[in-house]
Formats: sequence, structure tokens, C-alpha cells
Amino acid sequence: MRRFHLPFSPWHLLLMPLALLFVLPLVQMVLTSFMSSAEINKFPPQLIPTSLHLEGYRALLTETPALRWFGNTVLVSAVSVGAHLVLCSMAGYGFARLRFAGRGVAFLVIIATVMIPIQLLMIPTYLMFARLGIVDTLAAAFVPWLASAFGIFLMRQFFLALPVELEEAARIDGAGTWRTFRSIVLPLARPALATLAVFTLLSSWNDLLWPLVAISDNHTFTLQVGLANFQGMRRTEWSQLMAGNVLATAPLILAFLFAQRKFIATMSFTGLKG
Amino acid sequence: MAITFAASSPATVRRARPRGRAVRRTLTGWAFAGPATVLVVGLSLFPAVWAFFISRARWNGISPGVPVGWANYERLVSDPDMLAAARHTLLLTVLFVPSSIVLGIVVAIALNQRIRLIGFYRTCIFVPYVASAAATGILAGFVFNPQFGAANDVLRHLGIPQQQFLESPTQALYVICVIALWGEVGFTTVIYLAALQDIPRELVEAATMDGASRWRVFRHVTLPELRPVTVFAAVWQTITAVQLFDLIYTTTRGGPLNSTQTVVYYIYELAFQTQRLGYGAAAAYLLFAVTLLLTLGIIWYSRRRGSEVF
Repeated sequence: MRRFHLPFSPWHLLLMPLALLFVLPLVQMVLTSFMSSAEINKFPPQLIPTSLHLEGYRALLTETPALRWFGNTVLVSAVSVGAHLVLCSMAGYGFARLRFAGRGVAFLVIIATVMIPIQLLMIPTYLMFARLGIVDTLAAAFVPWLASAFGIFLMRQFFLALPVELEEAARIDGAGTWRTFRSIVLPLARPALATLAVFTLLSSWNDLLWPLVAISDNHTFTLQVGLANFQGMRRTEWSQLMAGNVLATAPLILAFLFAQRKFIATMSFTGLKG
Repeated sequence: MAITFAASSPATVRRARPRGRAVRRTLTGWAFAGPATVLVVGLSLFPAVWAFFISRARWNGISPGVPVGWANYERLVSDPDMLAAARHTLLLTVLFVPSSIVLGIVVAIALNQRIRLIGFYRTCIFVPYVASAAATGILAGFVFNPQFGAANDVLRHLGIPQQQFLESPTQALYVICVIALWGEVGFTTVIYLAALQDIPRELVEAATMDGASRWRVFRHVTLPELRPVTVFAAVWQTITAVQLFDLIYTTTRGGPLNSTQTVVYYIYELAFQTQRLGYGAAAAYLLFAVTLLLTLGIIWYSRRRGSEVF
């Protein structure tokens, strides 16, 4: 649209301050995690630490089971993502391609459940899990994330848009439903599976409310719960808190930086599902 | 059975075989769709129904519950804490939803320009969305710290008096709204950016050729094209605002002086801090009903305005 190229577009005047506003707090978080308490409690605040202080990390790792929390979160996220990929792709394929009794009703019910908020579900789900004896275990954190209406919907939409000819060819060659799905359809579904994986990873890694409700044992906490709890006790230990924040956010931020396209595709798909 | 089938007349076989195939097809279908369906429905519909029964009882989760009919609901609508919480949720929603939509549109248009550094800008603006709300809340406690936080330092440079932010009952809710926007604008930006890139180039070019100013092109071509996304964003962000919990838990825990206690936070306190399960479930059902009405309201309004998104 622009007829000639200015050396300096006016859009920079909006975008530069905005970009800094969004990213500087995170930069400060990382830098603060490497500061000593004396440096942190200064006003005016200094952004750059004078030298690399590791006290925050050391204190965090010795005074809390933060590594354990980290491992718990990794486990919960890995199980959630893995189960989502298997269960939602199978269900999505079933709803998109297979004709079976009860298909329409089942899909409708699944879509309707999206409207039910977590606040309504957490009381009975907690009681249900207590009866099953999985409260205070990691299973309590990942069972609600094994499959989701959104995941089923996403995969179904993808399979509906896939041309059916390849599958028909496989059928004519004598492949059964499972083989067709496993060796023809699934390899084609890689983009959708990546989107699903990113979505599930973001939701399960960052979840606070549900694990907060379901887990009260210090060693079974996920990282988000552990940090929130730790913050409640040590409101002023900023270097430790920021070190914990780095631990909680760095993996996803790094993943985002390396696979930005995939993340953005996931976010915009979430938006276009309406 | 097999023998009977083999011995039956050709006509029966022809009829029996499709039925057998239908049964097999249904079994195959459920083998694929069943596990996920059972999980999703079992962890939503079933607890939702159970929650309704809980909401009609007085129950602390340990001793047997006492059925009280609609008493919990009746008490809620005149409970001053509930009313205050509803006011806070409403204020938060009314501030958050339009701001996140307007900011999303503006930032998306800016990011849709072909200028230098655009990749850098995009990365910076999207990164907070990836950070967990819990971490964001803890970080916000640092940035908005009244004694040595960066926010007060910026104010000092601008010559504005120092503020209490999250420690002030009159400011905390607004500060939380700003923090929520920081974390969520990346999302609305992404969906608007995708929508902008879907607008046919010819549409804009045709309007420009007809002599429309940039503002008129935006007002009469771009904005109408974005309407379906706006309806979706309004619904989605309303749900986000109403259900905001993590951020409040890691910044103010409902304080100071209950000034940031929202309905969702109140439900959490009722059910899991004070063990009033029946009362909490009733509050959750009220919240559900109101959210549903709000969502349907937005959709109804947008349908009337002529955009078909749902």
C-alpha cells in the first residue's frame, strides 16, 4: 500500500514502546533472579545486577523441593500432551469419518460441555477424586487433562477437511480402519497434532486453580502451585521468587521462541474455532 | 450361530450381513471415539449434575449434608460478600473485555505493517501470553511493589506521586486488570492479525481506488470484515475475565479489604477454605447461569447486527 519507503515508519512510535512494555518485565524477572537481596531492595531500582548472584536459585533449590515440583509439572504435562494426542486424534477421526450409532448425540454433548466452567466442576470432581483415592497424587492433576472437548473438536475439523480419497485407496488395498488411521491419516495430521500439543502443553503447564484444589502435599505440588504457595510464605524473598518464576516460565518461553510459528498458529486456531 | 447363519437362505444372509456390519461399525466407531468421550463427559456432565444436588444442601463435606432446597440460592442474592464479589467481577469484565479488544485491533493493525523489526515486535508482544498467570502475578507483585517497584520508578520520572497499587483497596482491581491485559492482549492480537491477513487485498484496493481515505477504508471495509472475530473475542474474553483466578491468587488473594475478591475467588474460598460446599456450589451455579446469559446476549446482539459467527 505504501508508495515509497520512509526510513522510519510512524508505526515504530507505537510498536517500540509497546514491545518494551511487554517484554521488559520478563527481562527484569530474569535479571532479578540473579541479584542479591541488597540490590533488589534499592530504590530507584536497578535493572542490571552488579555481578551474577546465584543465591536466589541456591536458596530456592535447598529450601523448597522446586526441582521435584518441576519434575511433577513435566510429568503432568507430558502425560496430558501424550494422552491428548492419542485420545483426541482417535475420537476426532471417529466423529469425522466413521458412521456409528450415537455419533451425533455424543458429539453434541461434548461440544455443549465447553460451556460448563471449571468453578462448577471443581467441587464434585474433588469429591469424586477423593473417593477414587487419587486426591493428593499427580494423577489428580492430569486426569482432567487426558482429553478435552477442544482437542476432539480441533482434530475432527482437521480430518473433515482432509480429502477422503487416500483413505479409500488404503481401504481398497485391504487396510482395516485402525491401519488406515495409523499409517495413512495420522502422518498427514502432523500440523493439527502439533497445534493440539502446543495447546495442551500451555494449558496443563500453566494450570494453577485445579492442582491447587486437588493437591495439598508439598512434594506432589506442580510448579505453579508450589510457587504460589511459596510466595504466600515468603512475600519478600524476591530473588528466590524470581528464580522460581524463571523455572516456571523459561521452558515455555524458550519453546515459544524456537517454534513461534506453531504457537501463533495454535493461538489463532483457538480464535477461529468459533 | 455361525452354523445357523450358514444354513439360512440367501435372502436372510443378505439381510443379516448389513446388520452385522452395522454392529461392527458401531463398535469400531466407539472404540475410536469412546475413551475420549467417556473422559470428557464423565468429567463435566456428571459432576455438573452432582454439583446441582450439592447446591441444594448444607454440607461441609464430612458430616452428612442437610437438604435445604433453594435456601442457598436465596441467601446468595442478599449476601453482601457475594454482591461485592459480583460488583468486582462485573467491573473487571467491563474494563477488561473492551480494552483487550481495542488493544488487540490496534496492535494487530500495527503488526500487519511491512516495516523493519516487525518480527522483534511480534515476539515481544506475544511472549507474555505464554507465561503462566501464576508467574505473571508473582512478577506483578514485584513490578508494582510500592517501595522499590519499577512502576513507581516510572511514575517518579514522570513527576507523578508514588502509588500503593496492589496494596490500595481503591487501586488493586484496576492494577489487576492492567496485568491481565498484559498477559492476554497477545491472544486477541493474534486472532485479529489472522483475520486481517484473511481480508481480500482487492477489497481494500478497490476502496482506495474509489478515493476513500485511510480512515474510511478502515471504518467501512476493515472493521466490518473483523466483526465475526470481534464477536468471538468478546465471548472468549468475557469468559476469561469472569473466570480470572490465578492472577488474583498470586497478587492480592482477594485483598486488600476484600477489594479484589471476585465471584470465582469467593467460590474458591467458600468451598475449599471454609468448607461450605453447598453454598459454594450454589454460587458456582449462579455464576454459570450469568455467564451463559452474557454469552448468549453477546451472540444475540451480534446476530441482530447481522454477523453470523455461531
